[in-house]
Formats: sequence, structure tokens, C-alpha cells
Amino acid sequence: MSKLLVPLDLSPRRALSVWRRNADVWRRLAIPSLLGNLADPLIYLLGLGLGLGALLPQVHGVSYISFLATGTVAFSTMNAATFEALYSGYARAHQQKTWEAIMNAPLSLDDVMAGEWLWAATKSLFSGGAILIVISLFGLVPWTHALAALPLVFLTGLCFAGIGYIATALAPGYDFFMYWFTLFISPMAMLCGVFFPLEQLPAFVQGAALVLPLGHAIGAIRPLLLSGATDGLWLHVLVLSAYALIGMAVARALMRRRLLR
Amino acid sequence: MPLLIENLHKHYGELEVVRGISLQLQPGECFALLGPNGAGKTTTLRCVLGHTEPSAGSIELCGLPVPARAREARAKVGVVPQSDSLDPDFTVTENLLTFARYFGLSREAAQARVPELLTFAGLEAKAEAKVPALSGGMKRRLTMARALVADPDLLIMDEPTTGLDPQARHLIWDRLKGLIAQGKTIFLTTHFMDEAERLAHRIAILDRGQIIAMGTPREVIAAHIEPQVVEVFGEWAGHEGGAAAWAAAHAGEYAQRFEVSGETAFCYLEHPEALLAHLAAQGGLRTLHRPANLEDVFLKLTGREMRDE
Repeated sequence: MSKLLVPLDLSPRRALSVWRRNADVWRRLAIPSLLGNLADPLIYLLGLGLGLGALLPQVHGVSYISFLATGTVAFSTMNAATFEALYSGYARAHQQKTWEAIMNAPLSLDDVMAGEWLWAATKSLFSGGAILIVISLFGLVPWTHALAALPLVFLTGLCFAGIGYIATALAPGYDFFMYWFTLFISPMAMLCGVFFPLEQLPAFVQGAALVLPLGHAIGAIRPLLLSGATDGLWLHVLVLSAYALIGMAVARALMRRRLLR
Repeated sequence: MPLLIENLHKHYGELEVVRGISLQLQPGECFALLGPNGAGKTTTLRCVLGHTEPSAGSIELCGLPVPARAREARAKVGVVPQSDSLDPDFTVTENLLTFARYFGLSREAAQARVPELLTFAGLEAKAEAKVPALSGGMKRRLTMARALVADPDLLIMDEPTTGLDPQARHLIWDRLKGLIAQGKTIFLTTHFMDEAERLAHRIAILDRGQIIAMGTPREVIAAHIEPQVVEVFGEWAGHEGGAAAWAAAHAGEYAQRFEVSGETAFCYLEHPEALLAHLAAQGGLRTLHRPANLEDVFLKLTGREMRDE
């Protein structure tokens, strides 16, 4: 508990050097990485959107493929941020001892975590952004709406990376992350309206979308993309920010306990 | 002063890992912290770098209080950690450039520094090689070069030659001697006594979290142990029990101090002539006569029993 209250020791410039290190590594693998980030969601989008969509009437006044596409933006962003915080984060924090090496230079754990967090959100922005480009090229959403959604995509990345680092701080090994996906990420995909409207679910389950972060990411991103609507946006932004910050604060305390003992 | 440690304590729950260490480094000296596994060497280094908060005591690194201003202090220090923490995704040169950025060096300043660092590490031909393609010795040399990227006055090294073969070890020693000649201050931990004896101006022997001997290697040897050692081993003709039986019967007559470990009797004494003459008359026993070294002191002070990690 006391570790939650340790004063912040943050140098933005140093934190940025951690971001740049990760960006440098990513740059050499950028093309396969982006293709990987795009291929998986697009396969689902085209398969389900066209195949299943043909059987369905309009959903919420739009074609099923548009409905699905707008949910996929949030879903892919979540996945990209989560993968980066969990698997890549674990490799750097524990396995390759990258963080340890960096902390031998004049950087604090806060600098390192801030740089990593920003990087994970950046990478998820690439992922969500790539899908936005594709779906606006297909004419599924207006490009002006897609552009307006980018800050929300980044915030979604910060949110899921922030809570993801809790898992990274606790994980004894990579296998641990199965729990995170099975118990948290996958159920959210079903409960928060990525593939079908929430109203299809029993009322008592619908409440889940009100508390789960993916529900708020979709609640913010989908209406904005489809119609430019921003009603209730502030609440979604507030909840996503709260998840991001609280997640990061808890992850920081756990990382301090693990790495600075 | 590069480093000042006063009455450092560190405990984890009931377990007291460091129990009142005090030491100070003089500028330009090489100081070795020796100790068996679990003696508290690495914990001491972690405290010094501000990676863990001491339970009690004070530390000043490059004139700055740690952990309060550890980040500023680390800007003036190069660290060579025990485990390989090089960036496997980067080439040799990129590792150096990336690390330079952490110290706030400009791209130009960092690039100007690279050739010198590559020469130091003997890695000119490997500048564009990826880290996984390097041998263990090359990796360690690159880690040393990386620590020197911001031209620090003080170098802190945790077991710099552990896990290296003799050739690679000698090459590291060579580089270290070069750094000492340049006037760098070096603080290293090791459990290789020959390493400490060769490199360090002063040593401290750490055991169970306390310093039990400190001084120049010669001083420590002179203060704690007789100058000559005769090791006796093998069968003792006409007697049962070999060297151990011989020691029980005769070692006390000749040696100021002796101990039997396994199949060998270690006799510590000032004048070995009489003992050697006596042994020459015994059939079967084999002997090794040598001057006492740091290892003898270490074993005398910390015991011969195995220490687990």
C-alpha cells in the first residue's frame, strides 16, 4: 500500500528516450508488424462482416459490417496495447533485463514505465489507426470521423496498457498471460458489444459493459465514427482515463515491489 | 570522494543481508568487494546505485546522497551488471548509441564516441553485428564499453569475469588495468581471489553481511595468515588414512596452524624447511609448497563449507 504513495520521480526527456528505444526496435520490423496488426482484424471484419452481415438486417441503423468495423477499431487497439504491455513488456522488464540496464543509467523506474506506457499506446495507435485508414478507404466511415477518433484510440491504448502492466508486474512467466486473456480480454469482447449490440444480452449481463473498459472504449469510438455523435463522450473518456491512471499506479507499486526491493 | 558508505544495513523481513558496512573509495583506486555467495555483495551494490532503499546507514555516490539523488549520481557512474542486459534487437553500435541517449548525449556526441569505445572493447570488426552473434567475452566487453559511454569517473562492476573462459578473463583484466591507468575509479565485486589480488589496490572481504577484513591484498594476507603454505595429500606409506592421518600425527609439530579438508592437509607456517625435510622422508605423501594468497585468507575467514546461491 505504501508503495502506491511513493512520490513520482519523472523526467519527461529521459522517459522519451525509452520510447525512442522501443520505436527504434519497432522500425526495423514495422512492415510485418503492421501487416500482422491489420491482417487478423481484417480477416474477421471481412469474413464476419460480409458473410454474417449478409444474413443480418441493419444493426442500429447501419450495415452490420460498419457496426462490426467500428467495434473492431476499439477491439484491435485493446489487443495491441495488451500484447505490448504483457508480452513485450515482460521481455524487457524481466527476461532481457532491458529495464535493469536502463535503470543503471540516470533513469528512474518511473521514467522507464512512462516511456513504455507511451510506447504501448503509440503502438496500439498504429494498429487502431491502420484499421481506421482501411475502413475509411472502404467508405465504411467518413475519414473526418476517423481522424477525430484518433485521440480516443490513443486513450484506449493508454487504458489497456496501464492495466496490462499489472499482469506484467505479477507474472512469473509468459504462461500467466493466458489468464489475463481468458478471464479478462476475451469475455470483454463478448460482453462489450464488439460483435453484436448489447441489447441482445440478458439485462443483468448488460450492466457489465457499464463497468468494463472496453464497453467505454466502444461507447466513445463507435458513435463518433458512425455519425460524429459525442453525447456522453466525457463520461467514457473519464472512465477510460481512470482505468489508465489507476492501472498504472497499481502496476507501478507492484513493479517497485518486484524490481526495487 | 567517489563513494562513501557508512554503517549500511539492509534487511528483508527477518533476514539481515547487509549488517553495518562502512567503506570509502579514494579517487583513482580499484576496490574489490570479495565474498562467498549470499555475503551481501550484490545487495550492497544495489543500495549504492539507489535500486533499493537501505534499512539504515548512509551512502554518498559521487558526492551525492543516495537514494535521494541517485538518478543524478548515476549520471556520473558506469555500471557493468552481472547478467547480460544488452539489447538483443540492436547491433553493437546501436547498443552504444541507444545507451548514450539515456545519458542525454546528443546523437553527434554519441557517434563521435563510438569508434573509441569499439576500440576499447576490441569490437571494431563487430560494429554492425547483432548481439546474439557475439561470444560471452565479447558481450562482457561491450557491456563495459556501454558503461563507459558517458565517460564516467567511477565504474561499478558486479562480478565482471564470472562465466568467462581464461582467455576472455585475461582480456577483461587487461582492459580494466587500462582503465585504472587512465585514473578511473573502479568498485567491483568478485569471488575470484586472483582477480582481486591482480587488480585491486584495496579489498574488503564480506561475509554474512559484514566486512571481516579490509586493506591492500598484501596487508590482508599479512594480517590474517602465515606467509607460507604446504599442502599435503596422497597415501602415507606404511600407515592407514593418508594425509589426514599424517596431519593428526605430525602437522602440529611443524606448522603454526593446519587444517584438513577432504583428502588434503593445509599447513600454514613461517619457515617451511623443517616440515619439507620431514615430508621428504615420508613415503607416498605428495606436497605442494607455495606462498599464502588471498584465497587462503578468504577460506580461513569464511570457512570451507559450501555456500548455496
